[in-house]
Amino acid sequence: MNSSNVAVAQQPNWQTVCQRGDLVADSGVVVWLDGEQVALFYLPGQAQPLYAVANRDPRSGANIIGRGLIGSIGGELTVAAPLYKQHFSLRSGRCLEDPQQALRTWPVRLAGEAVEVAMR
Amino acid sequence: MQATANGGQLQRLVIVGNGMVGHHCVEQLVERGALARFEVRVFGEERQRAYDRVHLSEYFAGSDSEALAMCEADFYDRHGVHLHLGEGVLEIDRERCEVVTAEGRYGYDQLVLATGSYPFVPPVEGSSGTSRLVYRTLDDLDAIRAAASDSRRGVVVGGGLLGLEAANALKSLGLEAHVVEFAPRLMPVQLDSEGGAALKAQIEALGVGVHVSRATQSISTGSEYRYRMNFDGGEYLETDLIVFSAGIRAQDALGRACGLEIGARGGVAIDHDCRSSDPQIFAIGECASWNGSVFGLVAPGYSMARNLAALLLGETSTPFTGADMSTKLKLLGVDVGSIGDAHGATPGARSYRFIDEANAAYRRLVVDASGKHVLGAVLVGDNSYYDTLLQYCQNGIALPADPATLILPQGGGAPALGADALPDTATICSCHNVSKGAVCAAIDSGCSDLAAVKSCTKAASGCGGCAALLKQVFEHELTARGVTVDKSLCEHFGYTRQELYGLVRVEGIRTFNELLKRYGKGHVGCDICKPAVGSILASCWNQPIMDAALVPLQDTNDTFMANMQKNGTYSVVPRIPGGEITPDKLIVIGQVAKKYDLYTKITGGQRIDLFGAQLHELPLIWGELIAAGFETGHAYGKSTRTVKSCVGSTWCRYGVQDSVAMALRLEDRYKGLRSPHKLKFAVSGCTRECAEAQSKDIGVIATDKGWNLYVCGNGGMRPRHAELFATDLDDDSLIRMIDRVLMFYIRTADKLQRTSVWREGLEGGLDYLKAVILDDSLQLGSELEAQMQHVVDQYECEWANALNDPEKLKRFRTFVNDQRADPDVHFVREREQRRPVAALHLIPTVEEAV
Repeated sequence: MNSSNVAVAQQPNWQTVCQRGDLVADSGVVVWLDGEQVALFYLPGQAQPLYAVANRDPRSGANIIGRGLIGSIGGELTVAAPLYKQHFSLRSGRCLEDPQQALRTWPVRLAGEAVEVAMR
Repeated sequence: MQATANGGQLQRLVIVGNGMVGHHCVEQLVERGALARFEVRVFGEERQRAYDRVHLSEYFAGSDSEALAMCEADFYDRHGVHLHLGEGVLEIDRERCEVVTAEGRYGYDQLVLATGSYPFVPPVEGSSGTSRLVYRTLDDLDAIRAAASDSRRGVVVGGGLLGLEAANALKSLGLEAHVVEFAPRLMPVQLDSEGGAALKAQIEALGVGVHVSRATQSISTGSEYRYRMNFDGGEYLETDLIVFSAGIRAQDALGRACGLEIGARGGVAIDHDCRSSDPQIFAIGECASWNGSVFGLVAPGYSMARNLAALLLGETSTPFTGADMSTKLKLLGVDVGSIGDAHGATPGARSYRFIDEANAAYRRLVVDASGKHVLGAVLVGDNSYYDTLLQYCQNGIALPADPATLILPQGGGAPALGADALPDTATICSCHNVSKGAVCAAIDSGCSDLAAVKSCTKAASGCGGCAALLKQVFEHELTARGVTVDKSLCEHFGYTRQELYGLVRVEGIRTFNELLKRYGKGHVGCDICKPAVGSILASCWNQPIMDAALVPLQDTNDTFMANMQKNGTYSVVPRIPGGEITPDKLIVIGQVAKKYDLYTKITGGQRIDLFGAQLHELPLIWGELIAAGFETGHAYGKSTRTVKSCVGSTWCRYGVQDSVAMALRLEDRYKGLRSPHKLKFAVSGCTRECAEAQSKDIGVIATDKGWNLYVCGNGGMRPRHAELFATDLDDDSLIRMIDRVLMFYIRTADKLQRTSVWREGLEGGLDYLKAVILDDSLQLGSELEAQMQHVVDQYECEWANALNDPEKLKRFRTFVNDQRADPDVHFVREREQRRPVAALHLIPTVEEAV
């Protein structure tokens, strides 16, 4: 695989998933994205105000991450899974208590009022 | 004679006496199926059916006669036993085999005497009326209560077991109680002189006067009190009433009159089959004399009753061969135990003694001449040694090399509350089977914070239900190791919940961000501090939890005002106050459940739980429920859950108060109250306690005069009985006291701390809580009541509020960009309802997930 192929493969494919007004400040909502469930967390006023992670909780198998509570643990922004309360990094998707668990993450941004997620 | 089912004749069995032993005999007969062969007739002199005489003093501590009853009111009827109460037997006609009462004559084939005993009152000049009370029956107690109503001081003559019980009764009637004992020590039969001295010291410390080696010569008119008791040697003691409890005498009058053989020291003489000198007549309990002895304890009476029941039915019976008089009691709150040869009367017996003068505790171990076996023991102040010593004594177990170790203080012996009471083997986390010992080991191996203990032992990482207990054990163990415990709420607040509560209230702070900015660190908070602060804000100001600034604080259940279940769907619990519901409302619940295909289950709190609702269905479901007049049940919140009630005096033949009306009043007042943890209430309409109020945070039990209030109980993982807090309150006083207790709890409890754990951690314990709430020692009473009233005034149904606000409803979308339901939620049908499919592919590896 040469370097130009890699560059082409990583060209982000931004897709509008909802509007800013659909977001809930300091909390999460979920969007349907081509068969994927993506949880969007919105922290207005923060350097990076938007995060997108998988909605499926690997421990329970239920689609609930978007309904978790946002927090900060040792400087790491996290979401706590609502059923068993394990914490996932919003940035990397890693589970703080159990490195075996992780959530998929997506690049996400605000383009004006539109909320865009990058498909890979 | 009636005929039996198989054509035979029913034998007529007459039992004279309906005390504890007589009743036990009937129970034994019923259990063994005797009613198929006997027509059983029971005569009781007293108006009440058999009651628990051993706990008689509880009659003054809030129990009524029904609470002391040995059986349900319909026990005799139900089993076809003829019970003649208030109909004493006057005479036994042995020739015609009949007993004679004021009402008539009744024939018998077999006759059982269970007439018990009567109190011995020594002849004392001048004693009569309220200077000659006795303590044996409920009528006696009513007489004592009547005499006490205009009295300040009461004296019990007799420092034995019953005398001390009587002194307890006087004390609970609010009198200054004294005990006068003829012997040089208390409980002369069971205790030696050191034991008696220790007991005396303990009882005096409780404010009861003890006068030993005093013989009352006469009673005359007093100068400061009603009577003056004149003792040998010129001393005297003045008092308003005198209760004699100087021993019992067998009630053998019927036997004497009809010529039965009588024991040397009284009592109908019996053989080891409990048979008297007339083969058709038996005697059991305290009216019987076996081998010249009358047994004044209930246990030997019970074993006689059992043996006799077996014998009458022709079963193999164990002959009565005397009784072990070992006994373990709590007298006036003081532990007293006596085993076997407590006095060391056996030739060659030697003793070990442990005396703790500081705590007035005493233990004596009596061993045989060889030093190998226990003969007896005396315990005062701590009965935790009793069971082991009794095992040694009764089973002839060989003593350890140093027998003294059996009575020396040991860490595990003392009862205590809270984390330190748990033995090392106690399971803390049942999901991962982590013992307290394992938690201690983790701390010793260097785990210095709770998170480290959790990840090292896995405790509290299963269902999480043990988190509070784990924290308690952890902090207790750290303190025990001399380490200062950091009680900061979390990394964002260097304050305890109690301190934050004070800041919020004093500074009038209304949002999380304001509190974080002024007293916290960072800009975000976490899932520990956000719900804790959310709860504090709600407890103080009671704003709707769905308000924009509050939403991000709530844990998911509060955010969506429903309880998330394992597959991410919710259960819905409408409030059904007091468990009372009209048929129409019941139908609505059924219709809603049917429409949305919700799994329906009755809860333990007398409500109905509807499972399987998806996020977007919640507003639809609540719209229908609210239209039918329902309100939210707050099953999702750390808040008032239910007020369970029995049906009470409106329907129940035993109810003494309208428990449903009180439950409705309580539930209406406290619904929506947010607190450090969930709150459960119950109201029982009588002392039978059908609502199980003593297992609740706030338990209310009706009395014939009002309500008894119990506080700080819970069921669950570590059940704890609520403690009696106040008695005979009227309706309004009850509410005020509950207002105060709850607000004081909300102010001072740690986060996620149930009332039980809070109460156990209160320095000064129940007495302190009573002082603060009942005596208003901190002068907080009116403030606490006002704060509660504010919360009550702010109440509104959160669901009704949310349904009226399109902004709030926006949150109830499974997907904000798509109408579909969560396609991964699957159900199967089981027992005609749906339930979640068992999840198959859980916890994928990192590689799968990324």
